[in-house]
Amino acid sequence: MLLIHCPYCAEARPEVEFAYGGQAHIARPLDPSALSDADWEQYLYIRNNPRGRHHERWRHAHGCGRFFNAVRDTVTDKFEVTYPAGEAAR
Amino acid sequence: MKRFSAFNLFAEALRGHQGWPEHWPDKAPKSAYDVIIVGAGGHGLGAAYYLAKKYGITNVAVIEKGWLGGGNTGRNTTIIRSNYLYDESAHLYDHAVKLWDGLSQELNYNVMYSKRGVLMLAHNVHDVQSFKRHIHANRLNGVDNEWLSAEECKAYCPPLDISATARHPVLGGALQRRGGTARHDSVAWGYARAASALGVDIIQNCAVTGIRRGPDGAVQGVETERGFIGAKKIGVSAAGNTSVVMNMAGLDFPLESFPLQALVSEPVKPIFPCVVMSNTVHAYISQSDKGELVIGAGTDQYTSYSQRGAFHILEHTLAAICEIFPIFTRMRMLRTWGGIVDTTPDRSPILGKTPVPGLYVNCGWGTGGFKATPGSADLLAYTIAHDAPHKINAPFNLDRFRNGRLIDEAAAAAVAH
Repeated sequence: MLLIHCPYCAEARPEVEFAYGGQAHIARPLDPSALSDADWEQYLYIRNNPRGRHHERWRHAHGCGRFFNAVRDTVTDKFEVTYPAGEAAR
Repeated sequence: MKRFSAFNLFAEALRGHQGWPEHWPDKAPKSAYDVIIVGAGGHGLGAAYYLAKKYGITNVAVIEKGWLGGGNTGRNTTIIRSNYLYDESAHLYDHAVKLWDGLSQELNYNVMYSKRGVLMLAHNVHDVQSFKRHIHANRLNGVDNEWLSAEECKAYCPPLDISATARHPVLGGALQRRGGTARHDSVAWGYARAASALGVDIIQNCAVTGIRRGPDGAVQGVETERGFIGAKKIGVSAAGNTSVVMNMAGLDFPLESFPLQALVSEPVKPIFPCVVMSNTVHAYISQSDKGELVIGAGTDQYTSYSQRGAFHILEHTLAAICEIFPIFTRMRMLRTWGGIVDTTPDRSPILGKTPVPGLYVNCGWGTGGFKATPGSADLLAYTIAHDAPHKINAPFNLDRFRNGRLIDEAAAAAVAH
């Protein structure tokens, strides 16, 4: 089980308190009706899925309840950093 | 290849079994092939076999970064079934089940396909309605699936607890009698041996590090740890690592890779006659011919390539197993392991061409690729040989994520594949 540092609670807590939120920093389209099918595919379905450094969202579901972002290595599962939502990608 | 037969077995017995040749020689890569398959699991080896057998394309290499059958082929819970809801899926998976029948004879290798039946338990009213809908849809597609009452489930699988006070009450179940299990390693070994005998080169411990494309965009070959290998056609069957391989060709894929765990108990005498799946409480169990209970857990919530998962996932599965089969509460578990499964947004595979000329893909099988092994191998070979998909795999194209024609088994199957 992962130990995850919540940047709001400033505490490392067990993974079962958290819900994974998928790839981070995917911007919601500002003008949806202007999007082509290819744009929608990119936004809805295409994911980086890298082997290595991954930017991802987590939610401290059984804690403060808030979303934050993280950088984790997908080979070792080690977290590099977690930071509040809204901040630029690390 | 020396065939396995009663006569050969007898003749070899007389001389201490010294005359059996190696199943497949470990080959050094040539400078070029007609077709390269990336990934020596059951799907990739099978594709190489069918390319050689059905289409006479024998100048084929299967390139594997690890050892043959060491990925998800050797890590799954070996369940075979085809009772999928949607027409496209039913045709795809039933194509595989039809090929499982007779596969041992075709490969001259015992893959131990056992039609012991797959029983899917219904624990609530929604399950009952959903499974009955599945059964009707399956029967319209010529796929066997039948409804059993709770008492009939108990008769079919005696360790089941169907008492009214059970934590997870059993309201009935859907049984596919043609479903069952096969020996996963044998599938890889059988295909490897048969393909090798037809002239296919199997190259292990040789990771692909790049895909070379020409000025016209078409593939020219693969860069590997052991140098460049040329090929006009490349089939990628790399399961959890498909995104990584596709990135080498400049393609981003609608895939996410998750750890999926399984575990086996200590071996015991035959007690469990079939495969039981419970989607609602997430428990999948059968007994191997060695006597181990083979139990499948769920995926972890986060993407990973670590080939290991969290303990609380196993705990969750075992809690369900112990409630449904109280007889197993004191069983000791022997081994656990994890594999990396590549999942698509609609939980259906991607099997066909890619935007890159000469590059073909077979991926996205998620948590349920083993059952499809012969079928997907056959269809990947067809697609490569004809440079066009077969009508069975045509709906499982990459374009569906753009045009919206998803085959949403994620909704239809809830969790289990």
